Amino acid sequence: MVEKKKSGYWLTHLGLILGVLFIFFPVWLTFVASTVTQDAIIYPPLPMLPGTEFFENYANALFRGSPEGYGAKVPVIKMMMNSAIMAIGITVGKIIISLLSAFAFVYFRFPFRNLCFWLIFITLMLPVEVRIVPTYEVVANLNLLNSYTGLIFPLIASATATFLFRQFFMTIPDEMVEAARMDGCSPMRFFFDILVPISKTNIAALFVILFIFGWNQYLWPLLMTTDPDMRTIVMAIDSMIPTGDDYAHWPTVMATAMLAMVPPVIVVISMQKFFVKGLLESDK
Amino acid sequence: MEKRVFFKGWWLPALLVAPQLLISFVFFFYPSGQAIWNSLFLPDPFGLKTEFVGLDNFRFLLSDPYYLASFKTTVIFSTAVSVSSMALGLYLAALADRLIKGAGVYQTLLIWPYAIAPAIAGVLWLFMFNGNIGLASYYLKALGYEWNHTLKGDQAMFLVILASSWGRISYNFLFFLAGLQAIPKSIIEAAAIDGASFWKRFGTIVIPLLSPITFFLLVVNVVYAFFDTFGVIHTITSGGPEQSTTILVYKVFSDGFVSQDLGSSAAQSVILLVLVGILTVIQFKYIERKVHY
Repeated sequence: MVEKKKSGYWLTHLGLILGVLFIFFPVWLTFVASTVTQDAIIYPPLPMLPGTEFFENYANALFRGSPEGYGAKVPVIKMMMNSAIMAIGITVGKIIISLLSAFAFVYFRFPFRNLCFWLIFITLMLPVEVRIVPTYEVVANLNLLNSYTGLIFPLIASATATFLFRQFFMTIPDEMVEAARMDGCSPMRFFFDILVPISKTNIAALFVILFIFGWNQYLWPLLMTTDPDMRTIVMAIDSMIPTGDDYAHWPTVMATAMLAMVPPVIVVISMQKFFVKGLLESDK
Repeated sequence: MEKRVFFKGWWLPALLVAPQLLISFVFFFYPSGQAIWNSLFLPDPFGLKTEFVGLDNFRFLLSDPYYLASFKTTVIFSTAVSVSSMALGLYLAALADRLIKGAGVYQTLLIWPYAIAPAIAGVLWLFMFNGNIGLASYYLKALGYEWNHTLKGDQAMFLVILASSWGRISYNFLFFLAGLQAIPKSIIEAAAIDGASFWKRFGTIVIPLLSPITFFLLVVNVVYAFFDTFGVIHTITSGGPEQSTTILVYKVFSDGFVSQDLGSSAAQSVILLVLVGILTVIQFKYIERKVHY
């Protein structure tokens, strides 16, 4: 900082605090709404401080779903399990196939290498939303609707992770592979004993980004799952707000919204260092 | 750049790239090809046979007032989301960058909404602006302003923009903060010694040095507004009222799955494919330039 005026210093903090409040406010309201009774919500205004129904509402949401007569009745715990399986499946799947193909592109010369590279390169920025109808048909024809495989695999088909690993492998000194080869190290041994261990930070960074990407998927599970037992928490919240929205059981809905936010937020905050690195380096 | 040293053999690398290629073919190239193929056909209403119509689907789309309206909606929506979330992100990053201590604390407090799904962000804002029970609409009513986004298109648009930008501020903040911290402090100090005020320095030094990152963010945010905001729109307005918040990707979904108008939906997918392709090319041009910077 160049100037050191007291007033400027406090104004800086004030501006930032206002920003933080703007970010926090909707989440705080949601939390408050998840701790009060239905009556406290349907007769506005909503109180600004949490109520007494915290355990009741969360137990309801987690194990029983909305009370009778209020929209979909699915316990959230099952949906959180599904979300976790999908998120981890996408994360692990993407990391594994990208590590393997990036290794091949950087450390081998093989026929059609450039062609393969460009084929993967093209998939870089195309979201599943664009080709949603035909992808749905493919998955339906493969009999994968309402399955974890169908939820996970179409979302693995993207090249971001491959590019991140490729870029990283390029920065590893050639002496490393020279030394390994001189010691008679096989390619796969080099991969598992040297390449994967030194990619640890990059793997962690990608893990955070991909976990959030997977957990927050909405449109794909919405189309894919007709079986209530296969729903994920993010997509299912929509069915808890029926069209005549007066009849939603808001405390349960808001508890569900909180439960949908908590896992990815915990991942971001607990792995903040990797998250920042992953975001700044991978999302291009 | 290429490695000088590499392993021999071709079957092992072929095996290594096979999983990614296979998945890309099954879930990417084949469906994209299908989208292009289907866009040239018109299925009859019973889905019994399809008729080759060439580019008629595109011709029809480009003269369809609803589709053109959706184009306009998308432009307004994505511009508003990108500009507002980038402006707020830059503002907060510029403030945090001024602090010697505590920037890290604010970073933690500001970045976590990145983890919130757009659909969930939609539910949060829907709850605040719900016509009967929402806190915001309650106080607006007390001030004499009638809020009903289920009937009024401009209010619906405002709400989806607000909800979409809100979750995006943290992303822009993080990139701008990294960009600001990469600017050498000596340049700023030199300008200050020459008597340039804060705003003068910000306008003539900081903004130009941030322009590559700003450009990158603009492209990424437009892509976000085009596709990732689907969840926000689906939970808050479902594209209504009267299609006033139906952005292009929402129209692909509603025409393809709700109205089952497959030819038109496929043609729309192809148009989106082209748009994303253009954005990708623009972005790679940028990345090449960033190497010099």
